[in-house]
Amino acid sequence: MSNQEKHWEKSRGLLMITLAIWFVFSIGIFLFGAEMNEVTGPFGYPWTYWFTCQGSLGAFVILIFWFANRQEKIDEEFGFSEREDE
Amino acid sequence: MKSTNFIDNLPKVYGIYTGGFIGFIILMAIAEQMGMTAKAIGIAFVAFTVFIYALIGWLSRTAQADAYYVAGRQVPTVFNGMATAADWMSGASFVAMAGGIYFKGYGYMALLVGWTGGYVLVASLLAPYLRKFGCYTVPDFIGTRYGGNLARFSAVVVLTVASFTYVTAQINATGTIASVALDIPFQYAVYIGLISILLCSMLGGMRGVTWTQVAQYIVLIIAYLLPVFWISNKMGAGFFPHFMLADEVARIGELESQFGFVKNSAADLATVPKGLAGITKAHSAVNATPWAFISLALAMMMGTASLPHVMMRYFTTPSVKAARKSVGWSLFFIFLLYSSAPMLATLSKLSLIDPNLSTGIIGKSIAEVQAIDWYQNWNQANLMFISDFNGNGTVELNEFFMGGKAVVLATPEIAGLPYVISGLVAAGGMAAAMSTADGLILAIANAISHDVYYKIIDPKAETAKRLVVARVLLVVIGFAGATIAAMEIQGILGSVIWAFDFAMSGLFFPLVLGVWWKRANRQGAIAGMLGGLAAGTWYLVWVRTGGSGFLGITQLTFGIFGSAVSLVAMVVVSLMTQEPDKATQKMVDEVRVPSGKTILGKQ
Repeated sequence: MSNQEKHWEKSRGLLMITLAIWFVFSIGIFLFGAEMNEVTGPFGYPWTYWFTCQGSLGAFVILIFWFANRQEKIDEEFGFSEREDE
Repeated sequence: MKSTNFIDNLPKVYGIYTGGFIGFIILMAIAEQMGMTAKAIGIAFVAFTVFIYALIGWLSRTAQADAYYVAGRQVPTVFNGMATAADWMSGASFVAMAGGIYFKGYGYMALLVGWTGGYVLVASLLAPYLRKFGCYTVPDFIGTRYGGNLARFSAVVVLTVASFTYVTAQINATGTIASVALDIPFQYAVYIGLISILLCSMLGGMRGVTWTQVAQYIVLIIAYLLPVFWISNKMGAGFFPHFMLADEVARIGELESQFGFVKNSAADLATVPKGLAGITKAHSAVNATPWAFISLALAMMMGTASLPHVMMRYFTTPSVKAARKSVGWSLFFIFLLYSSAPMLATLSKLSLIDPNLSTGIIGKSIAEVQAIDWYQNWNQANLMFISDFNGNGTVELNEFFMGGKAVVLATPEIAGLPYVISGLVAAGGMAAAMSTADGLILAIANAISHDVYYKIIDPKAETAKRLVVARVLLVVIGFAGATIAAMEIQGILGSVIWAFDFAMSGLFFPLVLGVWWKRANRQGAIAGMLGGLAAGTWYLVWVRTGGSGFLGITQLTFGIFGSAVSLVAMVVVSLMTQEPDKATQKMVDEVRVPSGKTILGKQ
């Protein structure tokens, strides 16, 4: 397998993990919205309510920065990161 | 604006600008104490901010194609994040979102999740790869990846349908705010709004739009957060509302069960002015089925990843790496406003319905409420209404009606904040609507001038001529949008949601598969774009004309059907026809790694 194929395979793996986490916060939680809302969550808000107001939104912000850092590491590992002068 | 020097000085430039704006707010507050009228303050706020944007637009003028189309590809990560956030958050987000949450609660908050979650798709599936491609516009990517004028043209068609649906709503919003703040009729205010919008974009193209959008973000975020924090502190609800409103949310639930949701008769409702609504849904309870919530969120997420005016902001970053990070910053700046909207809705609702608070009106006598100053003002503006349906002389929960916009526009006044805050909010709403309209008009005009005129009609055209064509198109599209906006055909929020559905129907899969599936070819992409757009449009028309729909897909989520058809058409047609040639496959390989020259930079 060439260097580039390995790089792409790893990038694709990272994409799958990212999309799985995205799925939990954008869809998974809301499949059980009614049940989870009975429980008191962070800062005393009902759980599902808190996720729609802040929780999921904040999770997406963190997820994107995490993804960007991981992808940069993968690019570096296979020598595909950009040079500064480009 | 000399490029390198200017870029290095950005934090300083915008730091001074922010300080200056805060100074202006304080100046207005002092002027109010000294007797400046509310109307004069409103005019000063809108006129001052629009003047600054126009000045930035003029300073950013350019004669170079690279600066006009992609701001010279040197916009730093964080600033591009701010510009994208302003580009993204429209008049609807600013003025209507808190109102939607106030009235509809959980079911509506699917939009919050959808309009933020979509950025994960943008960052992981598309933005870095399209940046590596080095295109000027989104159809530029489609046209080069799949080849041929028909593919390019199909992308322009989808882009135009989606963005134009969106832009009329934004021009409408600028018109509404200008007409309230400047006290002129809506039909004229729309054109004043349009001229302000064009002043930002015409001379400098993407460069002008970028630097005005950063300035507009600063205004709109101050205008949104300051009242939320102030009201929360004034009510004693909490010093940092986002973490401290749990008791208030619980209290609203308590009051709701105490008052009950009494259903009004159709005859009673007929006396309520059009566009106003009462509180009929629980504030924090789960009031929608999982599918209703998820389908709306999903449609908005896929729509986010297909809207060209957002995607093209990531063409302006200096590198692929910066494009990825920039998506994160964009979402962070959007998060600041979106996470505050539910807090504002909570504070607004509680201050109106809690009889223990001095501002509460439920349980007071009708005559007493009708004598309140702010009630009279907003009743006159057709945004508030009470009526004694049961004839007992006091205001009940089901007898109080409000317009969606009033939550953002009127809450500062109800809570007893000085008028200077209302002026600030008007300036913020104007900034939000203008920045989005600018991004959209530019996306359409650039696609037609670059992809249709330069790439298809006259590939030998000189830069000067191309930029003249681009500017003429900008004005023509702006006026077309304003003319339709002046007719006031649909509400602001409905047409915004449609724009997402149109975009995802036609563009989501052709864009994503262009990077992630090498086998995707020209015939497949064309089938996907045109088939998806046609199927989505058909479904919308069918449901609007009395069709029952299926699988719970409504007129707000028709993009789910459109994009499903698009995916199937694209895969089937691609597999039935020849695979892309070696050169195209090699191109896809190169797009997938950040290093090396951009694809278009080599040609």
